[in-house]
Amino acid sequence: MKNHFRQLLAGPYIVWMIGFTVIPLLLIVFYGLTDKSGAFTLANVTSIATPEHMKALGLSLGLSLISTAICLLIAYPLAMILRRRGIGHSSFMVFIFILPMWMNFLLRTLAWQTLLEKNGVINGILGFLHLPELAVINTPAAIVLGMVYNFLPFMILPVYNVLEKIDDNTVNAARDLGAGELQTLLYVWFPLSVPGIISGITMVFVPALTTFVISNLLGGSKILLIGNVIEQEFTKGSNWNLGSGLSLVLMLFILLSMALIAKYDKDGEGTAL
Amino acid sequence: MSQPFIDLQHISKSFDGTLVLDDLCLSVKENSFVTLLGPSGCGKTTTLRIIGGFETPDAGRVIFDGEDITRLPPNKRQLNTVFQKYALFPHMSIADNIAFGLRIRRKPKSYIDDKIRYALRLVNLEGFEHRTVDSLSGGQQQRIAIARAIVNEPRVLLLDEPLGALDLKLRQDMQYELIRLKNELGITFIYVTHDQEEALTMSDTIVVMNQGYIQQMGTPEQIYNEPENAFVADFIGESNILDGLMIRDELVEIAGARFACVDKGFGTNRPVDVVIRPEDIDLVKPEEGTLTGVVTHLIFKGVHYEMEVTTPDGFEWLVHSTDLSPVGERVGIRVDPFDIQIMNKPASEDEEAVGVNE
Repeated sequence: MKNHFRQLLAGPYIVWMIGFTVIPLLLIVFYGLTDKSGAFTLANVTSIATPEHMKALGLSLGLSLISTAICLLIAYPLAMILRRRGIGHSSFMVFIFILPMWMNFLLRTLAWQTLLEKNGVINGILGFLHLPELAVINTPAAIVLGMVYNFLPFMILPVYNVLEKIDDNTVNAARDLGAGELQTLLYVWFPLSVPGIISGITMVFVPALTTFVISNLLGGSKILLIGNVIEQEFTKGSNWNLGSGLSLVLMLFILLSMALIAKYDKDGEGTAL
Repeated sequence: MSQPFIDLQHISKSFDGTLVLDDLCLSVKENSFVTLLGPSGCGKTTTLRIIGGFETPDAGRVIFDGEDITRLPPNKRQLNTVFQKYALFPHMSIADNIAFGLRIRRKPKSYIDDKIRYALRLVNLEGFEHRTVDSLSGGQQQRIAIARAIVNEPRVLLLDEPLGALDLKLRQDMQYELIRLKNELGITFIYVTHDQEEALTMSDTIVVMNQGYIQQMGTPEQIYNEPENAFVADFIGESNILDGLMIRDELVEIAGARFACVDKGFGTNRPVDVVIRPEDIDLVKPEEGTLTGVVTHLIFKGVHYEMEVTTPDGFEWLVHSTDLSPVGERVGIRVDPFDIQIMNKPASEDEEAVGVNE
């Protein structure tokens, strides 16, 4: 009786999962592997190999990797600083860094557009100071900037979480055994924070790889990422089959990332936000 | 040899405005087993961390073999620490844990391999090289932590409550292990614990601390048999601490009865604290006792009975004896003169504050 009741409680979630995850996924697989007449074909998936699509995918991978690397370079030292500050101070600092996350994603990106535009705020200030203008908007650099700004918190949190759990005495033990600051970082802090780094990388890399909003707003219409290509197939080209096929290819990268997490973050420490 | 090996000179340290150590001076001789003993918050761990280099004192100096090391970082000190919760590196194998210090010092591989084998044999864990930290029990992890420290051939080993997390039987075994290790290695041990039995079992010298002050320093026998104040008497073993009046040399009045004792030089008619250990009290027939009372409590403790005897003045005497006196029985209390320990009453409120009253 009681067991039946408990199973009933899971019902709404199962409906949710089936309705909003499983069915859409199956639809994408179906569209991706069929042509307009509904016949089976691999053409949609293999069209990733066309030069145009390869270029978009390559650019996406490149920019996402660069953004992820920059995020890690910024987040790791920051997380170390937060970790050393102790609980009382750091929770406020974490809050400050996480604060932008609560603003609408589109709004944040639009704000950067306004800042970076040819006649935007930054160039206005530079012009006022008689400095040369920046031509960042509509370049890959602007997209990287947007990615880093938007996804940085997703790197900080898991890295900070995992650093926070490292026992002071484990670090002290390394120092006690003769390790200097740098050796302690290399042999203790760093290896022990790998799970957090891996989940941070995944949580930045995956959304960066699939984004089309950031590239739309900051990259102009000339720079096409794989996200933009897929989006256009759905909205402008009305070729859902091709869009789904390319999505399947992207999904491969996401699955790879999740496999990485599963391998290195067995306790799920880093993902606990 | 006359020069102290480690010398703490006028060390003071406070955290967030709370004074933890106040003008602490402590000398440690080479090759001794010194235990810092006291309740939690007495400053014993802070003292150890200052010696280890994990805290810097606000005032005072740390002298190590004639050299001022007060501001030297931990990695530059010729000593190693065994931490309270082992603090092994969870991402390394046992062998890698033990080799850590040696690899940092860039010792040759054959030397490191020999040392790992030697250290594992020393702590009775041969063949554990490739085990993971997780797969070891608490006691085994503790031994690895010790092995990891001693392969570096430190001149001093600092141990911060290393047996605190182990169960009673294992703790007793490890106590003997540690004494054996100390004798085999011939290095100085500085040991921190709140367990008085541990301190009495292992140490050459016990330093009893409370609220940042050293209360008494001496051999285990001195600390146990001749506590210098009520705090030490109370903290080391169980004891009866009574108000007494020193009538003259070798005679003290307790609860209206006069007891012969062996202490001199306290003056005449002076209030004193009297310490009598529960096992030193003989319960005899009422007419044979110096004082009489009624047994009000009785607990069987295994080795002995623990009884409480209430005297007419209302004081409850704690008595340990292998002979049973049932509750309600009138008994006489007799104490041999040399089992009575006389102590000066705290002279000022300051002293009182660091004594038994807190």
